[in-house]
Amino acid sequence: MDKQDGRSAGESGALRLDDPWYDALASGWGELDDETTPADEWDRTEKPEPVPVPPPVPVAEPRSAPHDEIYLAVQRSAAFQEVRRRYRRFVLPGTAVFLAWYLAYVVAATAAPGLMAHRVVGALNVAMLAGLGQFATTFLLTWAYARHARLRRDRAALDIRWETQELTGGNIR
Amino acid sequence: MTGDHQTLALVLFSVFIAVTLAITTWVSRRRHGSAEEFYAGGRLFSPMENGFAIAGDYMSAASFLGISGLIALFGYDGLLYSVGFLVAWLVVLFLVAELVRNCGRFTLADVVAARMRERPVRIAAGTASVTVSVLYLVAQMVGAGSLVALLLGGASQQARTWMVIGVGALMVVYVAFGGMRATTWIQIVKAVLLMGGAIALTVLVLIRFHGDFNTLLNTAAERSGHGREFLTPGLRYGGGWTARLDFISLGIALVLGTAGLPHILSRFYTVPTARSARRSVVWSIGLIGGFYLMTIVLGFGAAAVLGSSAVHASNAAGNTAVPLLALNLGGGAGSTGGTVLFAVVAAVAFATILAVVAGITLASSASVAHDLYASLRRPRGTAQDAQRAEVAVARIAAVGVGAVAIGLSLLAQDLNVAFLVGLAFAVAASANLPVLLYTLFWRRFTTRGAVWSVYGGLIPAITLVVLSPVVSGGTESIFPGVDFAVFPLENPGVVSIPLGFLMGWLGTLLSPEAADEARHAETEVRALTGAGAA
Repeated sequence: MDKQDGRSAGESGALRLDDPWYDALASGWGELDDETTPADEWDRTEKPEPVPVPPPVPVAEPRSAPHDEIYLAVQRSAAFQEVRRRYRRFVLPGTAVFLAWYLAYVVAATAAPGLMAHRVVGALNVAMLAGLGQFATTFLLTWAYARHARLRRDRAALDIRWETQELTGGNIR
Repeated sequence: MTGDHQTLALVLFSVFIAVTLAITTWVSRRRHGSAEEFYAGGRLFSPMENGFAIAGDYMSAASFLGISGLIALFGYDGLLYSVGFLVAWLVVLFLVAELVRNCGRFTLADVVAARMRERPVRIAAGTASVTVSVLYLVAQMVGAGSLVALLLGGASQQARTWMVIGVGALMVVYVAFGGMRATTWIQIVKAVLLMGGAIALTVLVLIRFHGDFNTLLNTAAERSGHGREFLTPGLRYGGGWTARLDFISLGIALVLGTAGLPHILSRFYTVPTARSARRSVVWSIGLIGGFYLMTIVLGFGAAAVLGSSAVHASNAAGNTAVPLLALNLGGGAGSTGGTVLFAVVAAVAFATILAVVAGITLASSASVAHDLYASLRRPRGTAQDAQRAEVAVARIAAVGVGAVAIGLSLLAQDLNVAFLVGLAFAVAASANLPVLLYTLFWRRFTTRGAVWSVYGGLIPAITLVVLSPVVSGGTESIFPGVDFAVFPLENPGVVSIPLGFLMGWLGTLLSPEAADEARHAETEVRALTGAGAA
C-alpha cells in the first residue's frame, strides 16, 4: 500500500519526469527576452544534474499584468511553438484517421451488410476482421502516441514548464 | 437457481462490502478534509493504480453482462458496442487526458473557467455534468436492481426496490466518508476482480473448444438458430433506415461521449502530472481492450455452449448469459464448481456496480459543490474556510445525489439499461465535449460561445429524447398512452452533438467581446507544458 515505494521502484533508472520537485530547474532562463532564443537551445537533450529544489511557496497573488505578459511571451516563443506544432501534427491527423476508420466501420456495418458478410478465412468474415482490426488499430495508435509524446514532447515541455514557473514565481494560478 | 448459489453469492457480496467498508474506514482515518484530498485523493496515485481505477470506473456491469449477453443473443451486433466503447479512449488519450490534467483542478468546469468568465461557464458546465452523471447513475442503479435481484433468484418487485436502496446507501457511505481516495481503491479492487473473473471464464471457454476460435464461432452460429447471419451485422440493427440511422447515432455518441463523462475526467486529477495521466490512459486502454476482447469470447461462448434460446429464456435482454455460462463451465447446476463459479460471477457483477456507482456519485457531488455551490454562494471568510465549506457541501451533495438517483431509479426500473447508458453518452458528447475541445484548441473561443455550446448541446439532447419514441407513442414507451413522438430516433446524438459544436461556434461569432488573448495564452501554455498546474 505504500505508494511512494511502489512508484520509485517502478521508475528507478529513468529520469523522474513525473516528480517535478526533484528535477532541476533549467539554468540561465531567468529573463523575459529569452523568447527570442532559437528552438535548438530549448530543445537541448542534455540536462544538468538533478538538484533537489524545495517546492516554491504558493503565493496567492491576483492576476497581474506581468503574469499575463509572461504567458504571452512563452506562447510566442519558438520553443513553445515547436512543442505545440509537434503535438498537433500528431494528434490532428491521428484523430482524423481513427475517427474516419471507425465511422466507415459503423456505416459499413449498417449500410453494407453484404460486403461485411463476405467470408475470408474459416468462420472469419470481413465484419469480424474489421472489428478485430479496430481493436488492433486502437492498440497501435495508443502505443504510437505514447512513444511520440515521450520522445518528442516531454523533455521540451518540461523545460518550458520550469522556465515559466520560475518567471511567474512558482506554482501560482 | 438453487439455494446454494444464493447463499454462496450472498457470502461473497458480504465479503466485498466488508472489504470496501474497511478500505473506506482505513482511508478516512487520516483525512484532513481538504478539497485536494476529497476530490482528487491527494493527487499521488501512480499511473498503474490510476489506470486500473479508470478501467474500474469505465467497465460497468452493462459491459460485463450486457455486452456479452447482446453477443450471445444477436451475435455480431453486440460486438459493435465493444468497439465503440474502446475506440472512444483514443479521443480521450489524444485530445483530452493530458490537457485536462494540466488545466483543471477537480472538474470539467475548471478547464473552461480557466479562460472564460467564471460564473456563467461554471454554472453551465456544472449543470451539464450533474445531468450526465445522474443519467448514468440511474442507468447503473436500474441495472443493479434488476441484475442482482435476478442473480439472487428473487426477482420480485420488493427485492429490486431494496437492492436499489441498498446500493444507493452504500455508495453514499463510500463517497461521503472516503472521498476520492476510498473510491479509487474500490475501483482498483473491482477492476482486479473483474479482470480475474473474465480471464478465468475466457480460459474455460477456450479450453472447452480446445483453443480453436474458429470452432467456437461456427458452433455459436449453429446453436444460435440464425446460422451464418449470427456472425454478420444486422440481426439487431438491421431493418429500416430509421433503425440504421439510430445505430449510427449511437455509434457516434459512444465514441465521442467517453471524453465528456465527468467521472472519467475527474480521474485524471488523481495523478501528479500530465505524463502520468497519459500513462494511466495507456494502462486503462490495455485493460479495457483486453476486457472487451474477452467479452467477445464470452458472448460467442455463451451462444455456443448454452444456445441463444436458453439465454433468451432466462432473461430476454441476455443479462444472465455470463452467469449461466459460468454455471455450465463449472460443471453444471448442482455441482460444486458450477455453484462456486456462478457465485463468483454474481459477486463480481455486484462489485462492478458498486464501484461504478461510487465513482459517478463522487464526480457529481464535486460538480455540485465545486461548480454550482461555489459559483452561487456569496464569498465570505478566508480561502481556507471556503474550501472547508465546499468539501462539507460535497459530502452533503453526495447524500443528495444518492437520494435523487435512488428515487429516479425506482421510477425508471423498467427502462432498458443499454438505452440509458447510450443516452448518458449522447448528452455527454453533446454538452461537454464541444466546450472542452473548443476551450483547449480554439484561440477565439469566448464565454458566450462556451455557454451556448453547453446549453446548445444539452437542451436539444434532452428535448429530442422527450420527443422520441422512448418517451411516448410506442408500446414500450414510458407513456404508451399518449403520442408526442415527433423525433424518430431513440438516440439523439447524430443531431445534438453537431448542434453543440454549431452553437459554440455561433456564440463565439456573435460575442460582444473578443477572446482574452492573455488567458488563452495561459491556458495553452499550461495545457501543453503543465506550467502552474495544480
